[in-house]
Amino acid sequence: MNRKTDSVLRELVDGPPEDAVVAARGRFARVADEAGLLDVAYAREDSPFGPILLAATGLGLVMVSLPAQEPDTALRRLSSEVSPRVIEAPARLDNVRRELDLYFSGRLREFDLPLDWQLTAGFRRRVLRATARIPYGETRSYTEMARRAGNQRAQRAAGSALGSNPIPIVVPCHRVLRSGGALGGYGGGPAMKEALLELEGSA
Amino acid sequence: MLDRHANDVLGFLIAAVGPQDAEDCFQETFLAALRGYPKLGDDGNLRGWLLTIAHHKAIDHHRGRGRRATPSGEGPEVAVAGPEPGSGIWGAVAGLPPKQRTAVALRFACDMPHREIAAALDCSEDAARRNVHEGVKKLREVLA
Repeated sequence: MNRKTDSVLRELVDGPPEDAVVAARGRFARVADEAGLLDVAYAREDSPFGPILLAATGLGLVMVSLPAQEPDTALRRLSSEVSPRVIEAPARLDNVRRELDLYFSGRLREFDLPLDWQLTAGFRRRVLRATARIPYGETRSYTEMARRAGNQRAQRAAGSALGSNPIPIVVPCHRVLRSGGALGGYGGGPAMKEALLELEGSA
Repeated sequence: MLDRHANDVLGFLIAAVGPQDAEDCFQETFLAALRGYPKLGDDGNLRGWLLTIAHHKAIDHHRGRGRRATPSGEGPEVAVAGPEPGSGIWGAVAGLPPKQRTAVALRFACDMPHREIAAALDCSEDAARRNVHEGVKKLREVLA
């Protein structure tokens, strides 16, 4: 094969320029949104703890995936449990990103964001809804959250509900500790839980 | 999950319709895919399916262009993303007969096996192989 043909095929193999792909995807997010075909918008965002992934439906924020969690796993879950029409569309998450930035810098104490609870149901959802009402800078115990969800003896189930929280940080499961004050688990790792409590002045 | 394949689809379309029209075809391809997506099972061959749609959009595009009878030359005003015009590469690929052009694009831009190219072109695997071979041969002649 002569050299010139080699270069042709190599250019085909190398694929399109990165910026062309970025531009095409960006325009597609808008086109799909206008056509009413964007069910789940997601954005990758930097946080003081590492990269996080945010996802919203028309109802509100549906998922926050923490740095310790695999973004691909989060996207697959959205695709199979919410809708396969999952598209990277950061503009749809501007509000969420702004509030999170303010929160991480200590300038926001209460999120004012619509939430979509569809990734949780039943007792778990009741626990998480109660968790969403724990004020900034305060903490509760697992037993207390079980009681608020209607079953005081279900503290293990309450713990697993908190562990399954699809919207951490905004639904502040980090504010729930073991009775006696031990830290307990956290999807983002214990160091992150501790740092969030410290940020809020309750560590 | 669709946009994981954005690279392959855009690469294929640049090869199939040229850099200046590839983006429009890209948008149409992904819209069509979104509309049809729920019908495709989770385990389906998403990439093959997307490229088949892109292939059909490319055919539609060429038909539309034929009807309008616009010249196919790459005017100097064209400065859309893609390799610089005048390198002759995209002109040469675009100048191939449709089946060869698609086969070459799928084989090299998308690294697709002959079996899947055959499915996209709706022909036998042998025919797909032949189209790739003939296409590369013609590229050699044109660019020699």
